Amino acid sequence: MQVYLDNAATTKMSRAAIDAMLPYLEETYGNPSALHSMGQRAKEALEAARQVVARCLGAHPDEIYFTSGGSEADNQAILSAAAMGERKGKKHIVTTAFEHHAVLHTLAKLEKQGFTVTYLSVGGKGNISARQVADAITEDTCLVTTMFANNEIGSILPISEIGAVCRERKVLFHTDAVQAVGHVPVNVAEMNIDMLSLSGHKFHGPKGVGVLYARKGVALTSLIEGGAQERSRRAGTENVAGISALAAALSGATARLDENMEKVKRLRDKLICGLSSIPHSVLNGDRVSRLPGNVHFCFEGIEGESLLLLLDEYGIEASSGSACTSGSLDPSHVLLAIGHPHEIAHGSLRLTLSEYTTEEEIDYTLKAIPEVVARLRALSPIWRDKTEGKKPFLLK
Amino acid sequence: MALYSEKVMDHFRNPRNVGVLEDANGIGEVGNAKCGDIMKIYLKVVDGIIADVKFETFGCGSAIASSSMATELIKGKPLSEALTLTNQAVTEALDGLPAHKIHCSVLAEEAIKRAVLDYYKRQGIEYDKELFKDVEEGED
Repeated sequence: MQVYLDNAATTKMSRAAIDAMLPYLEETYGNPSALHSMGQRAKEALEAARQVVARCLGAHPDEIYFTSGGSEADNQAILSAAAMGERKGKKHIVTTAFEHHAVLHTLAKLEKQGFTVTYLSVGGKGNISARQVADAITEDTCLVTTMFANNEIGSILPISEIGAVCRERKVLFHTDAVQAVGHVPVNVAEMNIDMLSLSGHKFHGPKGVGVLYARKGVALTSLIEGGAQERSRRAGTENVAGISALAAALSGATARLDENMEKVKRLRDKLICGLSSIPHSVLNGDRVSRLPGNVHFCFEGIEGESLLLLLDEYGIEASSGSACTSGSLDPSHVLLAIGHPHEIAHGSLRLTLSEYTTEEEIDYTLKAIPEVVARLRALSPIWRDKTEGKKPFLLK
Repeated sequence: MALYSEKVMDHFRNPRNVGVLEDANGIGEVGNAKCGDIMKIYLKVVDGIIADVKFETFGCGSAIASSSMATELIKGKPLSEALTLTNQAVTEALDGLPAHKIHCSVLAEEAIKRAVLDYYKRQGIEYDKELFKDVEEGED
Protein backbone atom coordinates (compact mmCIF):
# COMPACT_ATOMS: atom_id res chain seq x y z
CA MET A 1 0.00 0.00 0.00
CA GLN A 2 1.24 3.49 -0.89
CA VAL A 3 0.41 6.13 1.73
CA TYR A 4 1.34 9.77 1.16
CA LEU A 5 1.61 11.58 4.50
CA ASP A 6 3.88 14.47 3.54
CA ASN A 7 1.23 17.03 2.61
CA ALA A 8 2.91 19.83 4.56
CA ALA A 9 5.85 19.46 2.17
CA THR A 10 3.67 19.49 -0.92
CA THR A 11 0.33 18.19 -2.11
CA LYS A 12 -1.07 16.37 -5.08
CA MET A 13 -2.71 18.80 -7.53
CA SER A 14 -6.50 18.71 -7.61
CA ARG A 15 -8.25 17.80 -10.86
CA ALA A 16 -9.81 21.27 -10.89
CA ALA A 17 -6.37 22.88 -10.62
CA ILE A 18 -4.95 20.82 -13.48
CA ASP A 19 -7.99 21.56 -15.65
CA ALA A 20 -7.66 25.28 -14.89
CA MET A 21 -4.04 25.21 -15.97
CA LEU A 22 -4.19 23.40 -19.31
CA PRO A 23 -5.96 26.05 -21.47
CA TYR A 24 -3.16 28.53 -20.70
CA LEU A 25 -0.51 26.04 -21.78
CA GLU A 26 -2.22 24.74 -24.89
CA GLU A 27 -4.46 27.45 -26.38
CA THR A 28 -4.32 30.78 -24.59
CA TYR A 29 -0.57 30.95 -24.16
CA GLY A 30 -0.28 34.67 -24.99
CA ASN A 31 1.66 37.09 -22.86
CA PRO A 32 -0.77 39.04 -20.64
CA SER A 33 1.15 42.23 -21.44
CA ALA A 34 0.50 41.80 -25.19
CA LEU A 35 -2.07 43.87 -27.04
CA HIS A 36 -3.42 41.10 -29.28
CA SER A 37 -6.56 39.20 -28.37
CA MET A 38 -4.82 36.09 -27.12
CA GLY A 39 -2.66 38.18 -24.79
CA GLN A 40 -5.74 40.02 -23.59
CA ARG A 41 -7.54 36.74 -22.91
CA ALA A 42 -4.56 35.67 -20.81
CA LYS A 43 -4.74 39.02 -19.01
CA GLU A 44 -8.43 38.39 -18.29
CA ALA A 45 -7.56 34.99 -16.81
CA LEU A 46 -4.90 36.59 -14.65
CA GLU A 47 -7.31 39.21 -13.31
CA ALA A 48 -10.05 36.64 -12.79
CA ALA A 49 -7.62 34.59 -10.71
CA ARG A 50 -6.70 37.69 -8.71
CA GLN A 51 -10.36 38.24 -7.91
CA VAL A 52 -10.83 34.65 -6.79
CA VAL A 53 -7.80 34.81 -4.50
CA ALA A 54 -8.92 38.17 -3.08
CA ARG A 55 -12.39 36.82 -2.37
CA CYS A 56 -11.00 33.71 -0.63
CA LEU A 57 -8.80 35.83 1.63
CA GLY A 58 -11.22 38.68 2.34
CA ALA A 59 -9.00 41.13 0.43
CA HIS A 60 -9.37 43.53 -2.50
CA PRO A 61 -7.97 42.34 -5.87
CA ASP A 62 -5.57 45.30 -5.91
CA GLU A 63 -3.97 43.91 -2.78
CA ILE A 64 -2.99 40.58 -4.38
CA TYR A 65 0.51 40.16 -5.88
CA PHE A 66 1.46 36.90 -7.55
CA THR A 67 4.95 35.63 -6.77
CA SER A 68 7.03 32.51 -7.39
CA GLY A 69 5.94 31.05 -4.06
CA GLY A 70 5.77 31.46 -0.31
CA SER A 71 9.48 32.09 0.19
CA GLU A 72 9.55 35.00 -2.26
CA ALA A 73 6.42 36.46 -0.66
CA ASP A 74 8.01 36.20 2.81
CA ASN A 75 11.21 37.87 1.60
CA GLN A 76 9.33 40.69 -0.12
CA ALA A 77 6.97 41.34 2.80
CA ILE A 78 9.75 41.56 5.36
CA LEU A 79 12.16 43.57 3.24
CA SER A 80 9.34 46.00 2.31
CA ALA A 81 8.35 46.55 5.94
CA ALA A 82 12.01 47.01 6.88
CA ALA A 83 12.47 49.63 4.14
CA MET A 84 9.35 51.46 5.33
CA GLY A 85 10.60 51.28 8.92
CA GLU A 86 14.06 52.47 8.04
CA ARG A 87 12.64 55.61 6.41
CA LYS A 88 11.02 56.43 9.77
CA GLY A 89 14.10 55.43 11.75
CA LYS A 90 12.37 52.33 13.13
CA LYS A 91 14.61 49.29 13.01
CA HIS A 92 13.11 46.72 15.38
CA ILE A 93 11.21 43.59 14.31
CA VAL A 94 9.27 41.07 16.41
CA THR A 95 9.03 37.43 15.33
CA THR A 96 9.00 33.93 16.85
CA ALA A 97 11.75 31.39 17.40
CA PHE A 98 10.12 28.78 15.16
CA GLU A 99 9.53 30.61 11.87
CA HIS A 100 10.28 29.12 8.48
CA HIS A 101 13.82 29.78 7.23
CA ALA A 102 12.42 32.06 4.49
CA VAL A 103 11.58 34.42 7.36
CA LEU A 104 14.52 33.65 9.68
CA HIS A 105 17.18 34.03 7.00
CA THR A 106 15.67 37.28 5.72
CA LEU A 107 15.67 38.63 9.28
CA ALA A 108 19.27 37.49 9.77
CA LYS A 109 20.19 39.52 6.69
CA LEU A 110 18.46 42.58 8.20
CA GLU A 111 20.27 42.08 11.52
CA LYS A 112 23.54 42.42 9.61
CA GLN A 113 22.20 45.74 8.28
CA GLY A 114 21.61 47.09 11.78
CA PHE A 115 18.08 45.92 12.54
CA THR A 116 17.33 44.30 15.90
CA VAL A 117 15.01 41.31 16.04
CA THR A 118 13.13 39.92 19.05
CA TYR A 119 12.52 36.16 18.75
CA LEU A 120 9.54 35.29 20.95
CA SER A 121 9.91 32.06 22.88
CA VAL A 122 7.34 29.43 21.90
CA GLY A 123 7.54 27.36 25.11
CA GLY A 124 7.06 23.62 25.46
CA LYS A 125 3.60 23.78 23.92
CA GLY A 126 4.94 25.42 20.76
CA ASN A 127 2.84 28.55 20.64
CA ILE A 128 2.89 32.23 21.55
CA SER A 129 0.34 34.62 23.04
CA ALA A 130 -0.72 38.02 21.76
CA ARG A 131 0.43 39.32 25.14
CA GLN A 132 4.02 38.30 24.32
CA VAL A 133 3.75 40.27 21.10
CA ALA A 134 2.32 43.31 22.90
CA ASP A 135 5.13 43.20 25.46
CA ALA A 136 7.81 42.96 22.78
CA ILE A 137 6.63 45.93 20.69
CA THR A 138 8.63 49.10 21.29
CA GLU A 139 8.63 52.63 19.84
CA ASP A 140 11.14 51.38 17.27
CA THR A 141 9.15 48.37 16.06
CA CYS A 142 8.38 48.51 12.34
CA LEU A 143 7.09 44.96 11.85
CA VAL A 144 5.64 41.96 13.62
CA THR A 145 6.01 38.80 11.53
CA THR A 146 4.67 35.51 12.87
CA MET A 147 3.65 32.41 11.01
CA PHE A 148 -0.07 31.57 10.93
CA ALA A 149 0.64 27.91 11.66
CA ASN A 150 3.89 26.06 12.18
CA ASN A 151 5.06 23.85 9.32
CA GLU A 152 6.65 21.19 11.51
CA ILE A 153 4.56 20.80 14.65
CA GLY A 154 1.27 22.25 13.37
CA SER A 155 0.51 24.81 16.10
CA ILE A 156 -1.92 27.52 14.97
CA LEU A 157 -0.97 30.91 16.38
CA PRO A 158 -3.57 33.37 17.79
CA ILE A 159 -3.49 35.48 14.61
CA SER A 160 -6.65 37.54 15.24
CA GLU A 161 -5.38 38.58 18.66
CA ILE A 162 -1.90 39.37 17.36
CA GLY A 163 -3.49 41.33 14.50
CA ALA A 164 -5.56 43.35 16.97
CA VAL A 165 -2.48 44.16 19.07
CA CYS A 166 -0.51 45.30 16.01
CA ARG A 167 -3.36 47.44 14.72
CA GLU A 168 -3.77 49.10 18.10
CA ARG A 169 -0.04 49.79 18.36
CA LYS A 170 0.12 50.87 14.69
CA VAL A 171 2.76 48.31 13.77
CA LEU A 172 2.68 46.41 10.45
CA PHE A 173 1.72 42.76 10.80
CA HIS A 174 2.88 40.10 8.33
CA THR A 175 1.97 36.44 8.60
CA ASP A 176 3.51 33.51 6.74
CA ALA A 177 0.28 31.61 6.17
CA VAL A 178 1.74 28.98 3.84
CA GLN A 179 0.53 26.09 6.01
CA ALA A 180 -2.80 27.67 6.92
CA VAL A 181 -4.46 28.97 3.75
CA GLY A 182 -6.85 26.39 2.35
CA HIS A 183 -6.77 24.41 5.59
CA VAL A 184 -8.22 26.74 8.25
CA PRO A 185 -10.31 29.93 7.97
CA VAL A 186 -8.20 32.93 6.97
CA ASN A 187 -9.60 36.43 6.52
CA VAL A 188 -7.13 39.30 6.28
CA ALA A 189 -9.72 42.02 6.98
CA GLU A 190 -11.25 40.38 10.05
CA MET A 191 -7.86 39.32 11.40
CA ASN A 192 -6.17 42.72 10.87
CA ILE A 193 -3.43 41.22 8.72
CA ASP A 194 -1.41 43.78 6.73
CA MET A 195 0.64 41.30 4.73
CA LEU A 196 0.25 37.56 4.15
CA SER A 197 2.26 34.97 2.22
CA LEU A 198 0.83 31.82 0.71
CA SER A 199 1.98 29.07 -1.61
CA GLY A 200 -0.11 27.25 -4.22
CA HIS A 201 1.27 23.75 -3.82
CA LYS A 202 0.28 23.45 -0.16
CA PHE A 203 -3.44 23.25 -1.01
CA HIS A 204 -3.46 21.08 -4.15
CA GLY A 205 -2.31 23.81 -6.52
CA PRO A 206 0.93 23.86 -8.53
CA LYS A 207 4.49 24.48 -7.32
CA GLY A 208 6.31 27.67 -8.28
CA VAL A 209 3.45 30.07 -7.68
CA GLY A 210 2.43 31.96 -4.58
CA VAL A 211 0.82 35.14 -3.40
CA LEU A 212 1.77 38.13 -1.36
CA TYR A 213 -1.24 39.98 -0.01
CA ALA A 214 -0.34 43.54 0.96
CA ARG A 215 -2.99 45.87 2.35
CA LYS A 216 -3.46 49.18 0.53
CA GLY A 217 -1.00 51.68 1.93
CA VAL A 218 1.82 49.17 2.36
CA ALA A 219 4.64 50.29 0.08
CA LEU A 220 6.10 47.15 -1.44
CA THR A 221 9.76 47.08 -2.39
CA SER A 222 10.39 45.26 -5.64
CA LEU A 223 12.80 42.31 -5.35
CA ILE A 224 12.84 41.61 -9.08
CA GLU A 225 13.29 44.47 -11.52
CA GLY A 226 12.62 44.51 -15.23
CA GLY A 227 8.98 45.12 -15.99
CA ALA A 228 5.69 46.67 -14.95
CA GLN A 229 3.95 43.42 -14.08
CA GLU A 230 2.04 43.17 -10.78
CA ARG A 231 1.67 46.96 -10.67
CA SER A 232 5.48 47.30 -10.94
CA ARG A 233 6.05 45.41 -7.71
CA ARG A 234 7.14 42.12 -9.25
CA ALA A 235 8.69 42.06 -12.70
CA GLY A 236 8.56 39.03 -14.95
CA THR A 237 5.96 37.57 -17.30
CA GLU A 238 3.15 36.21 -15.17
CA ASN A 239 2.80 32.46 -14.75
CA VAL A 240 -0.75 32.55 -16.08
CA ALA A 241 -1.30 28.77 -16.09
CA GLY A 242 0.08 28.39 -12.57
CA ILE A 243 -1.83 31.40 -11.27
CA SER A 244 -5.11 30.13 -12.77
CA ALA A 245 -4.49 26.74 -11.18
CA LEU A 246 -3.65 28.30 -7.81
CA ALA A 247 -6.93 30.22 -7.90
CA ALA A 248 -8.90 27.09 -8.82
CA ALA A 249 -7.24 25.09 -6.04
CA LEU A 250 -7.85 27.81 -3.47
CA SER A 251 -11.44 28.24 -4.56
CA GLY A 252 -12.01 24.49 -4.14
CA ALA A 253 -10.26 24.31 -0.79
CA THR A 254 -12.24 27.31 0.48
CA ALA A 255 -15.56 25.86 -0.69
CA ARG A 256 -14.85 22.53 1.03
CA LEU A 257 -13.09 24.01 4.06
CA ASP A 258 -15.56 23.02 6.81
CA GLU A 259 -16.14 19.56 5.39
CA ASN A 260 -12.40 18.89 4.91
CA MET A 261 -11.44 20.22 8.32
CA GLU A 262 -13.87 17.86 9.99
CA LYS A 263 -12.84 14.86 7.89
CA VAL A 264 -9.08 15.40 8.18
CA LYS A 265 -9.22 16.22 11.90
CA ARG A 266 -11.01 12.96 12.63
CA LEU A 267 -8.26 10.95 10.88
CA ARG A 268 -5.56 13.09 12.53
CA ASP A 269 -7.00 12.40 15.96
CA LYS A 270 -7.20 8.68 15.24
CA LEU A 271 -3.54 8.72 14.24
CA ILE A 272 -2.50 10.73 17.31
CA CYS A 273 -4.50 8.48 19.62
CA GLY A 274 -2.96 5.31 18.15
CA LEU A 275 0.62 6.58 18.17
CA SER A 276 0.30 7.85 21.74
CA SER A 277 0.22 4.22 22.87
CA ILE A 278 3.87 3.80 21.80
CA PRO A 279 5.81 4.06 25.07
CA HIS A 280 8.38 6.84 25.52
CA SER A 281 6.98 9.07 22.79
CA VAL A 282 5.53 12.55 22.74
CA LEU A 283 3.15 14.52 20.52
CA ASN A 284 4.74 17.86 19.67
CA GLY A 285 2.91 21.13 19.13
CA ASP A 286 -0.29 22.62 20.42
CA ARG A 287 -2.83 19.89 21.11
CA VAL A 288 -5.88 22.12 20.76
CA SER A 289 -4.92 24.91 18.38
CA ARG A 290 -3.53 22.58 15.75
CA LEU A 291 -3.64 22.24 11.96
CA PRO A 292 -6.28 19.66 10.97
CA GLY A 293 -3.74 17.57 9.06
CA ASN A 294 -0.66 17.68 11.32
CA VAL A 295 0.68 14.84 13.45
CA HIS A 296 4.18 15.23 14.87
CA PHE A 297 5.85 12.85 17.31
CA CYS A 298 9.25 12.22 18.85
CA PHE A 299 10.16 8.64 19.71
CA GLU A 300 12.89 8.12 22.26
CA GLY A 301 15.95 5.99 21.44
CA ILE A 302 15.77 6.15 17.64
CA GLU A 303 16.81 8.50 14.88
CA GLY A 304 14.43 10.09 12.38
CA GLU A 305 16.12 9.28 9.09
CA SER A 306 16.22 5.54 9.68
CA LEU A 307 12.57 5.76 10.72
CA LEU A 308 11.69 7.45 7.41
CA LEU A 309 13.69 4.93 5.36
CA LEU A 310 11.96 1.98 6.99
CA LEU A 311 8.53 3.59 6.62
CA ASP A 312 9.33 4.11 2.94
CA GLU A 313 9.84 0.34 2.71
CA TYR A 314 6.24 0.01 3.91
CA GLY A 315 5.17 2.49 1.22
CA ILE A 316 4.59 5.28 3.75
CA GLU A 317 5.94 8.65 2.66
CA ALA A 318 6.56 10.87 5.67
CA SER A 319 9.06 13.44 6.83
CA SER A 320 11.12 14.39 9.83
CA GLY A 321 12.81 17.43 11.30
CA SER A 322 15.80 15.16 11.62
CA ALA A 323 19.29 16.46 11.02
CA CYS A 324 20.32 13.64 8.74
CA THR A 325 17.62 14.38 6.18
CA SER A 326 18.82 17.95 5.78
CA GLY A 327 22.51 17.13 5.66
CA SER A 328 23.42 19.09 8.77
CA LEU A 329 24.17 17.68 12.19
CA ASP A 330 21.81 20.05 13.96
CA PRO A 331 18.28 18.88 14.57
CA SER A 332 15.27 21.04 13.74
CA HIS A 333 15.31 24.55 15.22
CA VAL A 334 11.58 24.13 15.86
CA LEU A 335 12.08 21.11 18.13
CA LEU A 336 14.94 22.81 19.96
CA ALA A 337 12.71 25.90 20.35
CA ILE A 338 10.06 23.85 22.16
CA GLY A 339 12.74 22.68 24.56
CA HIS A 340 13.62 19.18 23.38
CA PRO A 341 17.21 18.06 23.97
CA HIS A 342 19.08 17.10 20.77
CA GLU A 343 18.71 13.40 21.52
CA ILE A 344 14.90 13.61 21.47
CA ALA A 345 14.77 16.07 18.59
CA HIS A 346 16.67 13.56 16.43
CA GLY A 347 13.86 11.00 16.76
CA SER A 348 11.10 13.02 15.13
CA LEU A 349 8.40 12.05 12.66
CA ARG A 350 5.96 14.34 10.86
CA LEU A 351 2.85 12.86 9.25
CA THR A 352 0.68 15.35 7.38
CA LEU A 353 -2.71 14.43 5.97
CA SER A 354 -4.88 15.89 3.23
CA GLU A 355 -8.46 15.57 2.08
CA TYR A 356 -7.34 12.63 -0.04
CA THR A 357 -6.09 10.62 2.96
CA THR A 358 -8.29 7.59 3.68
CA GLU A 359 -9.21 5.72 6.85
CA GLU A 360 -7.66 2.57 5.39
CA GLU A 361 -4.34 4.41 4.97
CA ILE A 362 -4.41 5.60 8.57
CA ASP A 363 -5.15 2.07 9.82
CA TYR A 364 -2.24 0.71 7.77
CA THR A 365 0.08 3.46 9.11
CA LEU A 366 -0.97 2.73 12.67
CA LYS A 367 0.03 -0.88 12.17
CA ALA A 368 3.37 -0.04 10.53
CA ILE A 369 4.80 2.65 12.81
CA PRO A 370 4.92 0.66 16.07
CA GLU A 371 6.66 -2.18 14.16
CA VAL A 372 9.25 0.17 12.69
CA VAL A 373 9.89 1.92 16.00
CA ALA A 374 10.34 -1.44 17.75
CA ARG A 375 12.70 -2.66 15.02
CA LEU A 376 14.96 0.39 15.36
CA ARG A 377 14.87 0.38 19.15
CA ALA A 378 16.02 -3.25 19.08
CA LEU A 379 19.32 -2.17 17.55
CA SER A 380 19.80 1.06 19.49
CA PRO A 381 22.45 1.11 22.22
CA ILE A 382 20.78 4.13 23.88
CA TRP A 383 17.51 2.25 24.06
CA ARG A 384 19.29 -0.72 25.70
CA ASP A 385 20.94 1.54 28.28
CA LYS A 386 17.57 3.07 29.10
CA THR A 387 15.70 -0.21 29.39
CA GLU A 388 18.50 -1.63 31.58
CA GLY A 389 18.26 1.42 33.83
CA LYS A 390 21.77 2.70 33.01
CA LYS A 391 20.38 5.93 31.56
CA PRO A 392 17.10 7.68 32.40
CA PHE A 393 14.16 7.85 30.02
CA LEU A 394 13.49 11.42 28.94
CA LEU A 395 9.95 10.81 27.67
CA LYS A 396 7.13 9.05 29.52
CA MET B 1 19.23 8.98 -8.21
CA ALA B 2 18.49 7.45 -4.84
CA LEU B 3 20.22 8.85 -1.77
CA TYR B 4 21.83 5.50 -0.97
CA SER B 5 23.31 2.66 -3.00
CA GLU B 6 21.57 -0.73 -3.08
CA LYS B 7 24.36 -2.10 -0.84
CA VAL B 8 23.68 0.54 1.80
CA MET B 9 19.96 -0.15 1.67
CA ASP B 10 20.56 -3.90 1.89
CA HIS B 11 22.72 -3.53 5.02
CA PHE B 12 20.25 -1.03 6.46
CA ARG B 13 17.22 -3.28 5.85
CA ASN B 14 18.94 -6.49 6.92
CA PRO B 15 21.80 -5.48 9.16
CA ARG B 16 24.33 -8.27 9.83
CA ASN B 17 25.66 -9.05 13.31
CA VAL B 18 23.14 -6.99 15.27
CA GLY B 19 22.99 -7.32 19.02
CA VAL B 20 25.09 -7.77 22.13
CA LEU B 21 27.87 -10.29 22.80
CA GLU B 22 27.42 -11.36 26.41
CA ASP B 23 30.97 -12.77 26.53
CA ALA B 24 32.62 -9.89 24.68
CA ASN B 25 36.19 -9.15 25.75
CA GLY B 26 36.48 -5.84 23.90
CA ILE B 27 33.78 -3.16 23.63
CA GLY B 28 34.00 0.18 21.83
CA GLU B 29 31.42 2.96 21.76
CA VAL B 30 31.69 6.21 19.78
CA GLY B 31 29.49 9.16 18.92
CA ASN B 32 26.88 10.84 21.08
CA ALA B 33 23.16 11.28 21.14
CA LYS B 34 23.51 15.01 20.60
CA CYS B 35 24.89 14.48 17.11
CA GLY B 36 22.37 11.75 16.44
CA ASP B 37 24.84 8.85 16.06
CA ILE B 38 26.03 6.26 18.58
CA MET B 39 27.81 3.09 17.55
CA LYS B 40 28.75 0.26 19.88
CA ILE B 41 30.92 -2.68 18.78
CA TYR B 42 31.33 -5.91 20.79
CA LEU B 43 34.31 -8.18 20.05
CA LYS B 44 35.01 -11.74 21.12
CA VAL B 45 38.72 -12.22 20.53
CA VAL B 46 40.21 -15.73 20.66
CA ASP B 47 43.93 -16.26 20.01
CA GLY B 48 44.27 -12.87 18.35
CA ILE B 49 41.37 -13.59 15.97
CA ILE B 50 37.97 -11.86 16.00
CA ALA B 51 35.92 -14.99 16.62
CA ASP B 52 32.66 -13.03 16.86
CA VAL B 53 31.47 -9.46 16.53
CA LYS B 54 28.16 -7.69 17.14
CA PHE B 55 26.98 -4.11 17.00
CA GLU B 56 24.26 -1.73 18.14
CA THR B 57 23.65 1.62 16.47
CA PHE B 58 21.47 4.63 17.12
CA GLY B 59 21.56 6.71 13.99
CA CYS B 60 20.61 7.25 10.39
CA GLY B 61 20.45 4.67 7.63
CA SER B 62 24.09 5.06 6.64
CA ALA B 63 25.24 4.76 10.27
CA ILE B 64 23.42 1.43 10.59
CA ALA B 65 24.70 0.21 7.20
CA SER B 66 28.29 1.32 7.98
CA SER B 67 28.35 -0.59 11.26
CA SER B 68 26.84 -3.66 9.66
CA MET B 69 29.39 -3.62 6.81
CA ALA B 70 32.30 -2.94 9.18
CA THR B 71 31.45 -5.97 11.32
CA GLU B 72 31.29 -8.14 8.19
CA LEU B 73 34.72 -6.89 7.10
CA ILE B 74 36.45 -7.80 10.37
CA LYS B 75 34.67 -10.99 11.38
CA GLY B 76 37.11 -13.92 11.54
CA LYS B 77 40.09 -11.65 10.85
CA PRO B 78 43.18 -11.19 13.05
CA LEU B 79 43.15 -8.08 15.25
CA SER B 80 46.09 -6.65 13.31
CA GLU B 81 43.98 -6.72 10.16
CA ALA B 82 40.93 -5.18 11.87
CA LEU B 83 43.13 -2.30 12.95
CA THR B 84 43.97 -1.50 9.35
CA LEU B 85 40.31 -1.16 8.39
CA THR B 86 39.77 2.39 7.15
CA ASN B 87 36.58 4.35 6.71
CA GLN B 88 37.36 4.45 2.97
CA ALA B 89 37.29 0.64 2.90
CA VAL B 90 33.88 0.65 4.60
CA THR B 91 32.58 3.30 2.21
CA GLU B 92 33.89 1.41 -0.84
CA ALA B 93 32.39 -1.86 0.35
CA LEU B 94 29.04 -0.06 0.55
CA ASP B 95 29.44 1.22 -3.05
CA GLY B 96 29.84 4.75 -1.71
CA LEU B 97 28.07 7.10 0.69
CA PRO B 98 26.77 10.63 0.11
CA ALA B 99 29.40 13.26 1.04
CA HIS B 100 27.59 14.41 4.19
CA LYS B 101 27.35 10.78 5.40
CA ILE B 102 31.05 9.92 5.21
CA HIS B 103 31.32 10.62 8.96
CA CYS B 104 29.21 7.46 9.53
CA SER B 105 31.97 5.30 8.06
CA VAL B 106 34.52 7.19 10.20
CA LEU B 107 32.47 6.30 13.28
CA ALA B 108 32.57 2.62 12.28
CA GLU B 109 36.36 2.69 11.92
CA GLU B 110 36.70 4.43 15.29
CA ALA B 111 34.29 2.10 17.09
CA ILE B 112 36.34 -0.90 16.00
CA LYS B 113 39.62 0.76 17.03
CA ARG B 114 38.14 1.59 20.40
CA ALA B 115 36.89 -1.99 20.91
CA VAL B 116 40.36 -3.36 20.08
CA LEU B 117 41.95 -0.86 22.46
CA ASP B 118 39.52 -1.97 25.18
CA TYR B 119 40.56 -5.59 24.53
CA TYR B 120 44.28 -4.72 24.80
CA LYS B 121 43.71 -2.83 28.04
CA ARG B 122 41.65 -5.63 29.61
CA GLN B 123 44.30 -8.20 28.67
CA GLY B 124 47.18 -5.96 29.74
CA ILE B 125 48.64 -6.25 26.26
CA GLU B 126 51.24 -3.66 25.22
CA TYR B 127 50.09 -1.58 22.25
CA ASP B 128 51.39 1.13 19.98
CA LYS B 129 49.84 4.35 21.38
CA GLU B 130 50.35 6.09 18.03
CA LEU B 131 47.88 3.68 16.45
CA PHE B 132 45.09 4.70 18.84
CA LYS B 133 45.76 8.41 19.28
CA ASP B 134 42.56 9.42 17.46
CA VAL B 135 40.24 7.28 19.52
CA GLU B 136 41.96 7.68 22.89
CA GLU B 137 41.77 11.46 22.81
CA GLY B 138 38.05 11.28 22.27
CA GLU B 139 37.44 8.93 25.17
CA ASP B 140 35.04 10.06 27.88
